[in-house]
Amino acid sequence: MAKKLMKGNEAIAEAAVCAGATNYFAYPITPQSEVAEYLARRLPEVGGVFVQAESEVAVGNMLFGAACTGQRVFTTSSSPGVSLMQEAISYMAGAHLPAVIVNIMRGGPGLGGILPAQSDYFQAVKGGGHGDYRLIVLAPSSVQEAVDLMMLAFHLADKYRTPVMLIGDGMIGQMMESVEIPDKAQERPLPPKDWALTGAKGRNPYIIKSLFLDPVALEKNSILLAEKYKVIKANEVRWELYNVNDTNQLLICSYGTMARICQTAIDELSEEGLSVGLFRPISLFPFPEKVIFDEASKPNIKALLTIEMSMGQMVEDIERAVVGVKPVGFFGRTGGIVPSPDEVKDAVKRQLASDGRKKKG
Amino acid sequence: MANDLLTILSRPEALSSTITHYCPGCTHGIIHRLVAEVIDELGVRERTVGVAPVGCSVLAYNYFNFDFMESPHGRAPALATGFKRLRPDMIVFTYQGDGDLASIGMGEIIHAANRGEKFTVIFVNNAIYGMTGGQMAPTTMPHQKTTTSPMGRNVETAGYPIRVAELISSLATPAYIARAAVHTPMHAIGAKQKIKKAFSYQVQGTCFSLVEILSTCPTNWGIAPEASTRWLEENMMPYYPLGTLKTPEGKEK
Ligand SMILES: Cc1ncc(C[n+]2csc(CCOP(=O)(O)OP(=O)(O)O)c2C)c(N)n1
Ligand code: SF4
Repeated sequence: MAKKLMKGNEAIAEAAVCAGATNYFAYPITPQSEVAEYLARRLPEVGGVFVQAESEVAVGNMLFGAACTGQRVFTTSSSPGVSLMQEAISYMAGAHLPAVIVNIMRGGPGLGGILPAQSDYFQAVKGGGHGDYRLIVLAPSSVQEAVDLMMLAFHLADKYRTPVMLIGDGMIGQMMESVEIPDKAQERPLPPKDWALTGAKGRNPYIIKSLFLDPVALEKNSILLAEKYKVIKANEVRWELYNVNDTNQLLICSYGTMARICQTAIDELSEEGLSVGLFRPISLFPFPEKVIFDEASKPNIKALLTIEMSMGQMVEDIERAVVGVKPVGFFGRTGGIVPSPDEVKDAVKRQLASDGRKKKG
Repeated sequence: MANDLLTILSRPEALSSTITHYCPGCTHGIIHRLVAEVIDELGVRERTVGVAPVGCSVLAYNYFNFDFMESPHGRAPALATGFKRLRPDMIVFTYQGDGDLASIGMGEIIHAANRGEKFTVIFVNNAIYGMTGGQMAPTTMPHQKTTTSPMGRNVETAGYPIRVAELISSLATPAYIARAAVHTPMHAIGAKQKIKKAFSYQVQGTCFSLVEILSTCPTNWGIAPEASTRWLEENMMPYYPLGTLKTPEGKEK
């Protein structure tokens, strides 16, 4: 397929169709309603199913029921909507069901605003719903990457029988970029879906559940989940480095579209003679802990600076990963305010200066 | 000699041989059996999927002999919608208590019915929350004592019991809606006919169907099984009249 200019939300929708996820359940919320609007037209063309639910609570649970068929299912929403889906996400994780949930984040907490933010990091990465579970969380920084990660998300969901979340901010949903979407996703081998409910013809009944009243059985399921997350940690870590070299004095840690703004700042800083690198996690779970530790340990690095469109959430994972090997600073704005390259540059300079002060003291 | 014996009643194939955990005198078990008989009679066992609720029948999947999903509290109609939309060839039903369907799950049931989702709902109304120990439900009778209405349901603050079958019947979308009881053999026969009708509409792909079934909870009502039967007749039946409230053809049958 040739390159096409597409809005992020529409590209995400088309990528799902390409991945064979022609079943979609949703409830409108800014800034991602275009996904539903696009699919309401597109899915009938490919014989798919689109149900506009009465709430995100229902969306999550329609997804749950639909996932039991073994077909590829997904939904998209934004922050307050994703909060309402947490019930079903916890149940799906507990029942080992694949599904893809896209969160085009807006500012919060509460009703917040409708402009882009990255303040659902904790919710996506640390749980969100109740119980001992994790999601695979992917964070694209361009419309093309959103398309590619959507296809990867469906693959990983099926491979590990787990809900996968793609988180982007309102910018990625709303901006238009040139993208390439193949006619059909390239499929890699996947385990058979021998757990799907297909009717008990010629076999014993299957039950899809997350209830284990026997504590030993429930612990067994939690251990099974934990072991799955261990395999995911070993195999599915994704990240990108930008302008990382032996002359770097500082390493910016940023993800999603915020990381692109940091790239602009890094280019401008290098014109001013300051060498700054960028570490961009693409998988927020599993978090690229070892990579960031190794990068932070390099002798030329004086400090790290985490930049987010939140009051500081990923910074906790960065601190955890570098275990004190270098100081970690934070700069962030939220509420729908997107830090400019100039603000990033100032923050970098402040961090380098404060690091110097610390050493003197 | 064995040849002279005629089997007049046996375990339906759609019912597993697991012994249920329900209390003595509880009618959940009877309702399970009627559903299983109907599924056998319609010959759809191998393509049926049940959705279990949260409530005393949370373990329903252990008692039936076909595929099952287990739903969060009240959300069974959303799960059933998701599944049935993707597999319209399968027979899907939810099995829900009154706390499950009429309280936490009111949104899901109303909208599934209003969209005309082509699955069947078995709605068990025992006027109380059973599993959590006898708290007030939206279906609890006026003045009925429960653990959270120790002085009896006060309609000034708790409102009147919700008549789910009537409420759903008021929707313009075609549907099959009926109310039955199972506390006597005669009522159970009537209930079975309604359950069969409800599933038949689904087999034909016609409409949403729901059968509300008045049920007993001797344990949480705090009365003996036999007295529970009388209590249901005297208190629930006048308020929750039995009958067919709506058919897709638009006339009462
Ligand atoms: C979200 C959530 N809230 C509350 C509960 C606790 N809970 C379990 S069963 C139940 C009541 C079920 O009552 P009903 O649907 O009338 O079924 P019965 O037990 O009477 O058959 C409640 C409140 C729960 N499991 N999940
Ligand atoms: S508590 Fe009530 S509803 Fe639950 S099994 Fe016992 S009698 Fe039946």
